[in-house]
Amino acid sequence: MKLIANDLAVDRGGRLIFRGLSFTLASGEGLLLTGPNGAGKTTLLRTIAGFLRAAEGEIRLEGADAEHALAEQCHYVGHLNGIKASQTVAENLSFWAAYLGAIGGGGMGSLPLDEALERLSLKSLRDIPAGYLSAGQKRRLGLARLLVAARPIWLLDEPTVSLDAASQAVLAAMVRDHIEAGGLAIAATHLPLGLDFARELTLGRGGRATP
Amino acid sequence: MSPFLALVRRDLALAFREGGAVGTTLGFYLMVVTMLPLGLGPDLNLLSRIAPGVLWVALLLAALLSLDRIFLNDYEEGALEVMALGPMPLELVAAAKSLAHWISTGIPLALITPALGLLLNLDIDAYGVLVLTMLAGTPAISFIGAIGGALTLGLRRGGLLLSLLVLPLYVPTLIFGISSVNAVLMGPGGFAASFLILCALSLASLVLAPIAAAAAIRMQLQ
Repeated sequence: MKLIANDLAVDRGGRLIFRGLSFTLASGEGLLLTGPNGAGKTTLLRTIAGFLRAAEGEIRLEGADAEHALAEQCHYVGHLNGIKASQTVAENLSFWAAYLGAIGGGGMGSLPLDEALERLSLKSLRDIPAGYLSAGQKRRLGLARLLVAARPIWLLDEPTVSLDAASQAVLAAMVRDHIEAGGLAIAATHLPLGLDFARELTLGRGGRATP
Repeated sequence: MSPFLALVRRDLALAFREGGAVGTTLGFYLMVVTMLPLGLGPDLNLLSRIAPGVLWVALLLAALLSLDRIFLNDYEEGALEVMALGPMPLELVAAAKSLAHWISTGIPLALITPALGLLLNLDIDAYGVLVLTMLAGTPAISFIGAIGGALTLGLRRGGLLLSLLVLPLYVPTLIFGISSVNAVLMGPGGFAASFLILCALSLASLVLAPIAAAAAIRMQLQ
């Protein structure tokens, strides 16, 4: 499976965010997006996820399950966690598992609910309404979604926000496992995730990108 | 479980749990209908004559209050984003959420109408037909309302704008809902025609409104 971006240009509200951006990412590779605030990291991730339309260029997926569109094969973790405060941790997660289902193949499988909770140390909070969780715990619950519904492509926008050191290590291990299982991951982050991403893409001001 | 059913079940569970959303809607309906006789005085003939119209309009207003529930919370919490990447197209997401809104709002409102009809001295012949027309007409209210809910997602205090956008679209449902009740009360004939048009309005909105709502959501998620 190969994710290919070709000569991509995106503008928002008439302002050019970046142009001439090209990269290729194959199965089992991770791409780290870096760059100052406003360089277009989130914009790039949201363009891949299909929320934004590219003004020029294209993004395509080669060698993937043709039945599912690119957006369907992505997990997008943004600034919000998508959690219902009045539902318990387990209810939140089991809804996402039932709704999203598993797409993909190879070594990427979905974990059962309890294993996913265990992995993110949320097991003891299983039956607590998610509204009572701390910011870091909410974040972990949001990330647990990635484990219960398999997707080949993970798009992570500042995934470490409000996570403590131990949880950051868990996240890093999750991403590593995903990549080793043949998945793709693109992460925008200011903190080193403790990951040896194959590639780094630095978005600069003025819409230039240096691979 | 299919994603569609999973989404409907979740929205229903939330509607009956989160801040008594269903209860407030029913309470508002009850309040509007109780206030009216206080304002108009105890003229039973007058009340009885205007009861079907009052109940329909009060139902529309009560339903209107709950429309922002369809998408707003999920939008603010980021769940709508995740749903957009899910296995269903956004049109089906909008349809599932509108359906859940109808089950949690339209049906309860229609079902408590007989109790409120008592307050307005509603003609005994009208009870059955009024509930029937409301059950047939409320799907249009939920599905058309979802368009307004989706269009006003990005706005602060979008509630008032939502009402302005959506209420005119409810006019056909209101007209044919009341005219089918009046056809039964004042006879002779005419019920079938009005009622069938009411059903047609609901069916058309079932199909067309999710497309419009999904387009609005796509725009909001940009």
